[in-house]
Amino acid sequence: MIPKRIAGIKFEVLSPQEIRRMSVAKIITPETYDDDGFPIDGGLMDLRLGVIDPGLRCKTCGGKAGECPGHFGHIELAAPVIHVGYAKLIAKLLNATCRECGRLLLKEKVRDKFIEEIENRKRLGQDYEEIIKEVYRRAKAVKKCPHCGADQIEVKFEKPTFYYEGEHRLTPKDIRERLEKIPDEDLPALGLNPKAVRPEWFVLTVLPVPPVTVRPSIILETGQRSEDDLTHKLVDIIRINQRFLENKEAGAPQLILEDLWELLQYHVTTYLDNEVSGIPPARHRSGRPLKTLAQRLKGKEGRFRGSLSGKRVNFSARTVISPDPCLSINEVGVPKVIAEELTVPLYVTERNIDEAREYILRTEHPKANYVIRPDGRRIRVMDTNREELAEKIEPGWIVERQLKDGDIVLFNRQPSLHRMSIMAHYVRVLPYKTFRLNPAVCPPYNADFDGDEMNLHVPQSLEAQAEAKILMAVQEHILSPRFGGPIIGGIHDHISGLYLLTRGERRFTREEVMSIIRPLNVKELPPPKYAEDGKEYWTGKQIFSLILPDITLEFKAEICQGCDECKKEECPYDAYVIIKNGELIKGTIDEKAVGAFKGIIIDEIVRKYGTEKAKEFIDQMTHLAIRAIMFTGFTIGIDDEDIPQEAIEQIKEVIAEAERRVEELIKAYREGNLEPMPGRSLEETLEMMIMRELGKARDQAGKIAGKFLGMDNAAVIMAVSGARGSMLNLTQMAACIGQQSVRGERIKRGYTYTNRTLPHFKPGDLSAKARGFVESSYKRGLNPIEFFFHAMGGREGLVDTAVRTSQSGYLQRRLINALQDLKVEYDGTVKEQTSGTLVQFRYGEDGVDPMKSFRGKSVDIERIVKEVFAEERR
Amino acid sequence: MNYDDLLKDQPLPPKVKEEIKKKLAEINADEALARKIVERCVQTYFRNLMEPGEAAGIVAAQSIGEPGTQMTMRTFHYAGVAEIDVTLGLPRLIEILDVRKHPSTPMMTIRLLPEYAKSREKAREVANRIEATYVLDIADVTTDIRHLRIIINPDPKALERKGLTLNEVKKKLEKKLKMEVTEEDGKLIIQIPPDVDKPYKTLMDTFDKLKKEVIAGIKEIRRVIIRKEGDEYVLYTEGSNLKKVMKVKGVDFTRTLTNNIYEIYEVLGIEAARNAVIREAVATLEEQGLEVDIRHIMLVADVMTADGELKQIGRHGVAGEKQSILARAAFEMTVNNLLEAAVKGEVDELKGITENIIVGQPIKLGTGDVELVMKLGGRR
Repeated sequence: MIPKRIAGIKFEVLSPQEIRRMSVAKIITPETYDDDGFPIDGGLMDLRLGVIDPGLRCKTCGGKAGECPGHFGHIELAAPVIHVGYAKLIAKLLNATCRECGRLLLKEKVRDKFIEEIENRKRLGQDYEEIIKEVYRRAKAVKKCPHCGADQIEVKFEKPTFYYEGEHRLTPKDIRERLEKIPDEDLPALGLNPKAVRPEWFVLTVLPVPPVTVRPSIILETGQRSEDDLTHKLVDIIRINQRFLENKEAGAPQLILEDLWELLQYHVTTYLDNEVSGIPPARHRSGRPLKTLAQRLKGKEGRFRGSLSGKRVNFSARTVISPDPCLSINEVGVPKVIAEELTVPLYVTERNIDEAREYILRTEHPKANYVIRPDGRRIRVMDTNREELAEKIEPGWIVERQLKDGDIVLFNRQPSLHRMSIMAHYVRVLPYKTFRLNPAVCPPYNADFDGDEMNLHVPQSLEAQAEAKILMAVQEHILSPRFGGPIIGGIHDHISGLYLLTRGERRFTREEVMSIIRPLNVKELPPPKYAEDGKEYWTGKQIFSLILPDITLEFKAEICQGCDECKKEECPYDAYVIIKNGELIKGTIDEKAVGAFKGIIIDEIVRKYGTEKAKEFIDQMTHLAIRAIMFTGFTIGIDDEDIPQEAIEQIKEVIAEAERRVEELIKAYREGNLEPMPGRSLEETLEMMIMRELGKARDQAGKIAGKFLGMDNAAVIMAVSGARGSMLNLTQMAACIGQQSVRGERIKRGYTYTNRTLPHFKPGDLSAKARGFVESSYKRGLNPIEFFFHAMGGREGLVDTAVRTSQSGYLQRRLINALQDLKVEYDGTVKEQTSGTLVQFRYGEDGVDPMKSFRGKSVDIERIVKEVFAEERR
Repeated sequence: MNYDDLLKDQPLPPKVKEEIKKKLAEINADEALARKIVERCVQTYFRNLMEPGEAAGIVAAQSIGEPGTQMTMRTFHYAGVAEIDVTLGLPRLIEILDVRKHPSTPMMTIRLLPEYAKSREKAREVANRIEATYVLDIADVTTDIRHLRIIINPDPKALERKGLTLNEVKKKLEKKLKMEVTEEDGKLIIQIPPDVDKPYKTLMDTFDKLKKEVIAGIKEIRRVIIRKEGDEYVLYTEGSNLKKVMKVKGVDFTRTLTNNIYEIYEVLGIEAARNAVIREAVATLEEQGLEVDIRHIMLVADVMTADGELKQIGRHGVAGEKQSILARAAFEMTVNNLLEAAVKGEVDELKGITENIIVGQPIKLGTGDVELVMKLGGRR
């Protein structure tokens, strides 16, 4: 069956006739319910408008609550009122048309020319807004009607709904009369479509009343009814409308009628939009502004963004996440309580009816929660009806069975910034109450375990399940389409673990090797590299090679010192990685080799052996790394940042020296001996030079500290291997925190008029300490002044992050909205779907998918040549 | 060996062909080997192609938007030229995609014709023609209220540095102020005729006007810095006016850049604007150390320039000019869009993504764009 598609939706302005035609009830009384709590006929809760109370039936269609979609009613307004949304357009129309004959204030010939141009542009899909603007501009300037010769008076528009002709105020009635006179032929030139709208419809004479289903009332615990904001507003309108009618019939003075008219206008205006500038918003008794029609549609939580573009869904779960390195990267651990609640439909056929029956009869975990009859009725499976249902089912029924191992689910973490934020995992039902995931998939989700929560969705249809498995599975997203490199890979302990394992020529006895490779899928050990005293030893590099597929690679590791001349295999730091036919010969494995974002080895495996193999490698790699790091044990403590007295002295010396130099610079500046840099003022030059001097001092202090910490320090290992932290972090902990800055400058705010940062300093003090240089280390602790400066810098960072998230979020939304309709066609072009605009003749000029490209390159020639050579040699 | 024949009819992009040629020459491949490599390259190329139906736009938007969260907010940083502040990071990226007519830090990189590029003096000469010079830069200006005149006391050193003569200054001022300027022992004097209506006011007005008058160079360009790059001198400017700078003698306008994209669009046209968008966006992302494939950025630039006009990403541009009413309403200004659509009697044809999501239909992208028809009773 080919599903029906909606071909289009046309937008028009409702005419009074149309409003009356679609109305099922004329609403005349502001009362809603009678004393028994029964809806009053002709009231706002009239049963003809639909029903919300269970038990009642709609008088129009006979449907019960939930079945009846609701029907419109109408209010006959006692006097016409302006529609606020069109108030501005009305003003423009009044000024562009004759006040006597109602025709456009342009000669017919001119008008037709404009219309022709508009039609032309429409046909070409161009913007014609400017032409209409031009029509209004020219027509407004005309002083005398070219058709009847009447003199024109400018109509002044005052927000929100008032019009003045000179001193004389135009009533909505006058306006409506004038708008009625505008002939259909003139409308296209004014940007109005005569098929969709008549200008006089902008002045309301009848008001549609939305069905009760649109404005349901809620019953509070006290048994009281609480009406919807729209109902409140409609009550106001009807009440004033009635008052106006009564007064008019009683022949009340014009003044009172005008007041009532204005009040009616106010209520209708706020009913349509309660945020119009120029009038106070209508408020609820509690003082909260009412949420009327416009507010319902608008904004993030409005109908469009909140209920139509995004919806709440069933078959989903959310809980805290925690790590489980024993899972594969494409698995997710689901708590049993959640697995028992979520279901997957099983469409009963002749072939699986036995299986379905078994689920129904089960009383434990993977059992059936519901069965759905072919007529759509959903029946809960309970102890009482289990057997009966198992008997009854036949092909065409649907059994909703609980989630079990091996089911596919979508896993998501907000903010969903890229497509890797929602990936498909296979279920593993586990005890406890958190979702479990392999830490290697944290980078694409940008997740950590400090309390993050994630969502899980169970695809229900077979198509959705197939798509999830084929397109959304985690391994399909190892390569990021952003830059064509891996985004899934080892993090933290994976990297330090492999670093410890593969660094140098560490030896392991057979027992040790066995304990390390226990979780791996390895059947055979290679011959040991060393044998001494009759004992066999394997190296860490050999162990790592066990999980490598047949690849050949050469690259510089993360720990590469960037020597002037690379000695390659002779690298004294063991930083030049050589992998030959799946064997790690030289070099240390670190972030560059297996890390997320960098992982060269992962990249190579995906390209050579595909995603499945890469997934296996990552699984094995993480298992191995965890075993390796557990073998040695790995921890840091506060004494890891201890440096000997000697180093402290040296650092003190360096900082004292830097401060001396800063003093010299200040002195030179005071005496006018400082030479300004080109295009900079003296002050700026001084600041830059001081900053440079102090930066240098911190770096030196860091170097000294680094020297004394040594390469065996756990924190240093983490920093150099790229597992976590940087040498800068260590410097700040062990040696010196350095200059604090606000807006990229040294701290200068404070007492502007004495020009000092704190009262502890002399006025105008420019020295390092007085401008936020912190010479203490985190370990030693900061003095109060330093602490204050540090807090200033820290606060800027926090504000920065807060502002950035909102700004980049909005940028992302705009980008998505602008680009979402682009599609690569079968001919390789890129087209915008709504307008059909051709955007690119060939996607990205070469048609290559950035994800499949090799870091942007369309064809990785080096690799192909290498491959071909390898084949030739064989 | 000539590899051109081998590559000539292959459906590879020219850049790849060039690369293959270079590589083949490097390893000195014989014909059999070369053929094999080329064949493999073609295979790989076809495998790497974008698949039809792919949501290229969404991927591009995500690839540019996602790293936005990792960018700095710090507006100023010193890029390349330490003397000039340039907006960087997220604010700059937003500026580029917003197509601001006046970026917060306009900047130009001006390269010179060979005869000027080699010596600092010659470069200085061009710089003087470009940098805005005010009277106050070259002279002390005082007002003599008693005699109702303004006295301009030039600094000969400054004059020389700017390559101006007193006479030139005088002529320029006469033209700009439309007043007579006289010279008196090395000073320029502007005499306010005593018979004007409000002589004192005129004096002060003239004085203010004089201070604002640019006597040499281009008004928008506040500062020029000369730097040696390789074996040529390059000018970096704070402020930008491409149209005028291109006409300055000694400027090699084929190698002159500005970071004001809108200016490039106005002066050099839409294709240049597209390239400028790409260049600026790539530079911004690269500076932040973020890796983003250039194809994504090209797609964004192409969308912005697709119909010959430089349009911003946002409500007044691409996203706001969508054909679909529902898509526009879901983006921004919901109520206005709906009211306007009703007046025009617009029809939403539900071709795009948002619209179909709103009405609850499958979207025409990716797997939603294809249909499978199963042949029943075919093979057993």
